Amino acid sequence: MLKLVRGIRRLNQCRHNHATVIGSEPNRTDPFYQENKAKMDELVEELRQKTGDAIKGGPEEAVKRHTARGKLLVRDRINRLVDEGSDVLELSTLAAADMYKGQVPSAGIVTAIGKVHGRDCMIVANDATVKGGTYFPMTVKKHLRAQAIAQECRLPCIYLVDSGGAHLPDQADVFPDREHFGRIFYNQANMSAEGIPQISVVMGSCTAGGAYIPSMSDESIIIKNQGTIFLAGPPLVKAGTGETVTAEELGGADLHCRQSGVTDHYALDDEHALHLARNTVANLNWNNEQRTRIHTPKVDEPVHDVNDLHGIVGANIQRPFDMREVVARIVDGSRFHEFKQLYGETLVCGFASIYGHPVGVIGNNGVLYSEAALKGSHFIQLCAARKIPLLFLQNITGFMIGKDAEAGGIAKNGAKMVTAVSCFKGPKITVLVGGSYGAGNYGMCGRAYSPSFLYMWPNARISVMGGPQAATVLSLVAKEKAERSGKPWTAEDDKKVRAPLEEMFEREGRPYYSTARLWDDGVIAPKDTRKVIGLSLSAALNAPFRESKFGVFRM
Amino acid sequence: MSYIRHLYKNGVSLRLQYPARFSHAQQLKEDVRRREISKVLIANRGEIACRVMKTARKLGVRTVAVYSDADKHAMHVEMADEAYHIGPAPSTQSYLNAAKILEVAKKSNSQAIHPGYGFLSENVEFCEKCASEDVIFIGPPPAAIRDMGIKSTSKAIMSAAGVPIVKGYHGEEQSIEKLQAEAQRIGFPLMIKAVRGGGGKGMRIAMTEADFLPQLESAKRESLKSFGDDNMLLEQYITDPRHVEVQVFADMHGNAVHLFERDCSVQRRHQKIIEEAPAPGLSEETRRSLGEAAVRAAKAVGYVGAGTVEFILHRQTHEFHFMEMNTRLQVEHPITEMITGTDLVEWQLRVAAGEQLPLSQDQIIRRGHAVECRIYAEEPRAGFLPRAGTLHRLTQPIPEEFVRVETGVREGQEVSVHYDPMIAKLVVWGRDRSEALAKTRAKLSEYQVSELETNVNFLLRLSGASAFVSGDVHTAFIPQHEAELFPASDSVLSETRAIQAALGHLLTNQLASTVQDNWKGISVQPQSWRPNYELQKTIPLRFDEKDLKVTVKYESAPNTYSVRVNDGEWRQVEASLQTTEKGLRLNTLIGDKKTNVGLLTHDQQVHVYDENGQTVVELPRPKYQASSVDTAAAANSASSPTPGVLERILVTKGDKVVKGQPLFVVIAMKMEYVVRSPRDGVVAGLAPFKLGDSVGKGAQVVMLEGDS
Repeated sequence: MLKLVRGIRRLNQCRHNHATVIGSEPNRTDPFYQENKAKMDELVEELRQKTGDAIKGGPEEAVKRHTARGKLLVRDRINRLVDEGSDVLELSTLAAADMYKGQVPSAGIVTAIGKVHGRDCMIVANDATVKGGTYFPMTVKKHLRAQAIAQECRLPCIYLVDSGGAHLPDQADVFPDREHFGRIFYNQANMSAEGIPQISVVMGSCTAGGAYIPSMSDESIIIKNQGTIFLAGPPLVKAGTGETVTAEELGGADLHCRQSGVTDHYALDDEHALHLARNTVANLNWNNEQRTRIHTPKVDEPVHDVNDLHGIVGANIQRPFDMREVVARIVDGSRFHEFKQLYGETLVCGFASIYGHPVGVIGNNGVLYSEAALKGSHFIQLCAARKIPLLFLQNITGFMIGKDAEAGGIAKNGAKMVTAVSCFKGPKITVLVGGSYGAGNYGMCGRAYSPSFLYMWPNARISVMGGPQAATVLSLVAKEKAERSGKPWTAEDDKKVRAPLEEMFEREGRPYYSTARLWDDGVIAPKDTRKVIGLSLSAALNAPFRESKFGVFRM
Repeated sequence: MSYIRHLYKNGVSLRLQYPARFSHAQQLKEDVRRREISKVLIANRGEIACRVMKTARKLGVRTVAVYSDADKHAMHVEMADEAYHIGPAPSTQSYLNAAKILEVAKKSNSQAIHPGYGFLSENVEFCEKCASEDVIFIGPPPAAIRDMGIKSTSKAIMSAAGVPIVKGYHGEEQSIEKLQAEAQRIGFPLMIKAVRGGGGKGMRIAMTEADFLPQLESAKRESLKSFGDDNMLLEQYITDPRHVEVQVFADMHGNAVHLFERDCSVQRRHQKIIEEAPAPGLSEETRRSLGEAAVRAAKAVGYVGAGTVEFILHRQTHEFHFMEMNTRLQVEHPITEMITGTDLVEWQLRVAAGEQLPLSQDQIIRRGHAVECRIYAEEPRAGFLPRAGTLHRLTQPIPEEFVRVETGVREGQEVSVHYDPMIAKLVVWGRDRSEALAKTRAKLSEYQVSELETNVNFLLRLSGASAFVSGDVHTAFIPQHEAELFPASDSVLSETRAIQAALGHLLTNQLASTVQDNWKGISVQPQSWRPNYELQKTIPLRFDEKDLKVTVKYESAPNTYSVRVNDGEWRQVEASLQTTEKGLRLNTLIGDKKTNVGLLTHDQQVHVYDENGQTVVELPRPKYQASSVDTAAAANSASSPTPGVLERILVTKGDKVVKGQPLFVVIAMKMEYVVRSPRDGVVAGLAPFKLGDSVGKGAQVVMLEGDS
């Protein structure tokens, strides 16, 4: 009955608007709502705490030493580089959190998208207060991820270099492999070849491999008495050739701007260097050719209060919620033109817009059945044909299992959706608002499916399957094995197998475990979701919308 | 434009009264030659030139401007139908070049010359030359100018005509003994004035007899220097009198009227800055006798055209004495126009053409109260020293009915050192004095000027000072009320101001630098957003030579900030910018107080405007802008920039050199390279090169001593 009333209301609204306004006012006195809210409030507070700790950078003495030299802290550098008022989409702030004994906050590197003279730029900035800005494995991964985003979105890259190069004790994990340190320069060369500007600001050391960052750039800036570039520093030179030379003589601003020609612009301090970097961007003549200005109509904010997300979603992954209520708090005017509303109901598909730009939204309202997978595949093809970016809102336990499901061809239908997601080449943004398990993660554009951006809410969980399920599987296997060898299987044994596994799944499924390892681009607060998607989409739209060519759909 | 409309509106009502021209009250001499004026040359610049042109245009009279090098792009040049260049910037070679101006009048077939005020407006020779060239000089006949120009003559004529004059000595005999004897007769305090003086030059006051001789000497010296003549007159000095003047008008038919008085008492550097009409606090009887005395004065010299008779008025007794007569249209004429609904430039043109005065005395009716403020580029706190420079930003009140903005400059133009630093006149009319003053203050606060300092703040304080509001004006008003007019609190930046300046700086920068990315069809409003933390910025500010810092934290709610000044309390602030036709407005809500102030940023300055005027807060210039990248500046030698042949050496050991001075010359690839000194210093020695030697790139040829 209630459903019918709501349906009629929607129909009525439909007459007045282009699309239906969805979502409802929650009952804020409901105990479940309140419990959800309390939990999510806590989680968001924890996220802010962790972020607050991470952005402090390295140890206090290191920070003091840094600023005493007249150098700006890494985020202050970014603040000066971007336009006044520009939003800064900092990525993976909590990278390497709890790794390396917690000594490398943000993996010692800040990567962010911000506007410089109105253009989205990818900024990659070393934090010299964190282990001298040296590259740990996660530092390399974060740097490469930023470059990958820049390359896909065609964002000019600005490297604020202040790094001692590879972290030597970790050399095996940063130097030799395909996705290691050398890839940075490979990317620079190829992006430059694709016409994506590469700009370096040498604000500290660029030693050994690091020397190639400015050298591989299209244009570079160096700070007097502060920036140095050399393949080997004074101690190594002394050891190698016996020459005694100061760092400034060996690779300072005067040498590189007046003699070697390694750098192009001479700066007196951080402020000057960042000013010159801004001027450099202003002179890129970037993206002036193919662009036509489109007038964006006045953008409506969602009708419903974004703060309700805490009470609606909560922290309990087992507690279901209607994904439409989330959509209603993300898209413009809460307007949603739903596709195949009555078919494959566990997958919500529909058209909406975010900050005036159309998006196709795909969200989970339960486990994926064959129909849902077919509907999703259809919808993804529609968006590809119409050049509409995709937004995936994940809360998925997986594809349906069981005899009926298998007989119904869930494997081939799921495969269709995975094919569609894989081959969709337009911008796709994934947000894990709840669980992300198993093949559901694949069908809903998990990290392996190269979403342009992927974010997690602090309540989200990601693993191949749920902890208890995994424990049950392993416990059953162990029990079988025990029974085969004639040993008795006690409840005690069962617990012994289950407990560590459940604990492991719980630990490794948490968003901070994920974000530390760069399985995502950051943990975001529910209320920021609209903003983050908007900024991500804005960045992604710097590249032309690529044509999708789909593989064979097994029919 | 709307000003013209305003005049036009008044013109309609005037026209209704025009039958008065044939009334019996006025004489009509048949022998007066009627002459057509269809083209007028305006021998002036700035606001008055523009002012005259507006009326000329209204009457269908074509206008000719003249301009100096400095005024090539000036407003009066653009406004005129034709414009002619008359010489270099100094006024002696341009706007005072009578021959050249007459030549232009002839060349352009102008029948008349309007001299405006200042420059040639009271120059007898010019006036006579015009007559001999058969060009109408819009002003009185030469004799009247001459008579009124010599103070002693004017007083004698006035005395004879029954105009009260101040006790004094205006005799020919100028011996020190005679002057001293006369001084004793008149009594002290006593004013010593150059006979040909003006503008306060050659004028001294002797408070006691002992002061007399030294002051006389000093006045004579100055007069000789300024006017080439050291004849002096002596006058009884009335302490702190009022300066009240009467606008008179006469035609060639023998008619003369007055258009009531103006009070111009409050002056600085002996120059007016605020004038009002009518004079406050006068009885109707005093007002009438002032007017009648002025008309008698005009008639006594056979006056024609617009003139002003200046009186000294005793503060308490309201007794008045003739001081002098200005034989021109005065700067402050608009306030008279405002209270009488007339257009005095139109009257001037009509009278010059031989017409009768448009109105007879009883038809001139006074309504309400008008105030004029002169907006000057000057520094009130530094003794009102004039300032010159570029008006990078200039926002003025928008003219409307009863608000006139008389100006000759626009944003981006120069206030030149060669001329008067007046930027504009703000003229406001109200039904009574308090309304006029309130409106004046409201309109003054709309002024936004950068980067020149102006007297707007001072005018705001002056027009709001309690003694001024009560009408107790006199010539010593400013020194007497110094404490109120220049309060110490002016040198302290309030917390609110600091917050406004810092946020204003951030928001205008944001407005200027953030381009909306709407080409992509996506429009994410920039809000300085950061994921899971808040952006915090520290803005260093400088006010009155003191440094302070404002820390701004961007809160998640839009337009909301936490702000603290230095180490003060954090304040919750909402702030937003608004673009209006009057420029940027900054809305702030600090605590429970909502304010809306004008905002202007230019270079490294933030200006905040409110009802008390302008507050200028500086942002320290980035270090890199102050220092030079050119390390050669610190060098101790000058080296050859290229391999070449040493052609010449221009200095020897021990020579003192200045930065940029040529030191030696190298010839290379058929090009001559002059090597200049990198800094000031002393030549320590020369390298052992001979002329004709080859020198390599970087070869040090001239060495400078280590310390400059």
